[in-house]
Amino acid sequence: MTENKTKEEEVLAKLDTFDELPDAPPKRRIKLSWIGKLSVAVVVFWMIIVIIGPSIAPYHEMDMEGEDSFLDAYDNFYLGTDYLGRDTLSRIIFGARNTIGISILATLLAYCIGITLGIAAAVRGGWVDMGISRINDAILALPSIMLGLIAIAALGSSIPILIGIASVIYATSVFRIARALGQDIMVQDYVEAAKARGEGLWWIIKSEVLPNAAMPLATDFGLRLVFVVLFISSLSFLGLGIQPPASDWGSMVRENLQGLTYGSYASIWPACAIATFTIAINLIVDDISAKSGGSLAKKMV
Amino acid sequence: MMTQMVLRRIGIGFATLIVVSIIVFIGTSVLPGDVAQIILGQSATPETLAQLRSELGLDRPGYIRYFLWLGDMVSGDLGTSKAGGASIVSLIDGRLGNTMMMAAIVAFISIPLSVILGLWAAMHPGTWLDRVITFGTLSTISVPEFFIATILVLVLAVELHWLPAIAYMSGDETGLELLRALAMPLITLVIVVSAQMIRMTRAGILNVMSSPYIEMAILKGVPRRRIILRHALLNAIGPIVNVIALNLAYLVSGVVIVETIFAYPGLAKLMIDGVQTRDLPLVQACAMIFCGTYVVLILIADVASILSNPRLRHPK
Repeated sequence: MTENKTKEEEVLAKLDTFDELPDAPPKRRIKLSWIGKLSVAVVVFWMIIVIIGPSIAPYHEMDMEGEDSFLDAYDNFYLGTDYLGRDTLSRIIFGARNTIGISILATLLAYCIGITLGIAAAVRGGWVDMGISRINDAILALPSIMLGLIAIAALGSSIPILIGIASVIYATSVFRIARALGQDIMVQDYVEAAKARGEGLWWIIKSEVLPNAAMPLATDFGLRLVFVVLFISSLSFLGLGIQPPASDWGSMVRENLQGLTYGSYASIWPACAIATFTIAINLIVDDISAKSGGSLAKKMV
Repeated sequence: MMTQMVLRRIGIGFATLIVVSIIVFIGTSVLPGDVAQIILGQSATPETLAQLRSELGLDRPGYIRYFLWLGDMVSGDLGTSKAGGASIVSLIDGRLGNTMMMAAIVAFISIPLSVILGLWAAMHPGTWLDRVITFGTLSTISVPEFFIATILVLVLAVELHWLPAIAYMSGDETGLELLRALAMPLITLVIVVSAQMIRMTRAGILNVMSSPYIEMAILKGVPRRRIILRHALLNAIGPIVNVIALNLAYLVSGVVIVETIFAYPGLAKLMIDGVQTRDLPLVQACAMIFCGTYVVLILIADVASILSNPRLRHPK
């Protein structure tokens, strides 16, 4: 028994020394500036709201509990009421689930589509690559809001359709990145070595291509999520996205816009909610990419 | 060699336009929401549907309908709107001008503004003004266009009463009144479009700054100002022109939001109304105009970057 244990320890110790070999690449550790840390806190805050929101909101999103519409903050209506006398704060809390939740779903779906096709195009090459790339370029050649409008004109608007449209539109940029990364990795020596060892295509994708493409794709995920949030809330703002009475930050801005002229902030708060979330993500991504860069121009300062 | 490249690029641009028209057509006619069904709505029976379909020519195969539609588009017949049966050309007329006027003014203000600010930020990286510019532009590109518009309305119209909250245009305004009506949408668009351009100009210059010949110039002791204006800027012109065209294309999505929020009588507002009432011919026509403009702008950018590259201008 004890013998076994010492043997185990020996093996572990050996592994430790391996870790300290000079050739081993330094462990990647991301250090954020204070702005970055603050941004992480903001994103985590909204994620918590998305998860537990409905149970901590003072009112239900559809309850018309307020005394009148477009009231300033009073009693426990901390952000006042909206155009139907509903509690703005509760609607923002409920809306987080729609705005952020739907965007994350759409982005994840975009990633599934984009990475699958991108890696397939990179690994297979030939006509598979040609075909997918040409279709992709055509979709990329159009402004995303136009594609969204065309699709909604034809299909109408519902949450599954919104997720579908957003994921197809943003899969195109993921495809491009995944394909470029995949192509880079496929010509590396270690892939050649794996091929020479006789590893199968699936093994190469799973053990060589995906792990090496993971980090750049993860940074890109943040940016893509911001685009999807902006896309979906813009459509909602135009009245073509998430339909009332469900609360969603984009449509909340629109429906309370008339109150702005009387000085009601009911449309400002949800707009600020979107802004905090998207700015925070962009700041995190910016922080990470600033750390991984480093050029002479920067040293010139 | 260069002429060849330019010609090939124009060819690709033309092909893209064709593909765009196919996407617009497929997007609006082959998908499940068939026009006949939308017109008849709840009262549709199989017989009336079939009759209306043959009246509208919907029973013909898709590719024939596509070519007929494309032919009409090219010859300037954009069809009739489903709502009210007015011809789409008459609906678009005037509104297209309004949108173009706004886009032109925005481009006129924001291009010089962003190139200067971007250059300035790149010349003084790390100073507080550079940080303000970087942070400000990053925040601007991360928020939706309507956020900026609502904040502007709150500050300039509601709190300060400087400008009207809605761009109401009766058509017979004099210069100053027109400017007042247009001010708010213009400011919003200039902010939205410039932010991205400033960032990319700054990044473009800093990118060139990290190339070996700049390093050489630094080591040689050339003053920083001179390095940027003589070496970096000339080499960054291609990318910058590209950025400008790309961001004028951003105007497309900016215009959609801004025209809606300020009730500006432009083409984008018309298109949104069309989408809301599912007026497919109108949406098709507007989408083709917007997407066509977009493709042409990108084409111009690419041609400009080919022309500005001395290696392509003077082939060995």
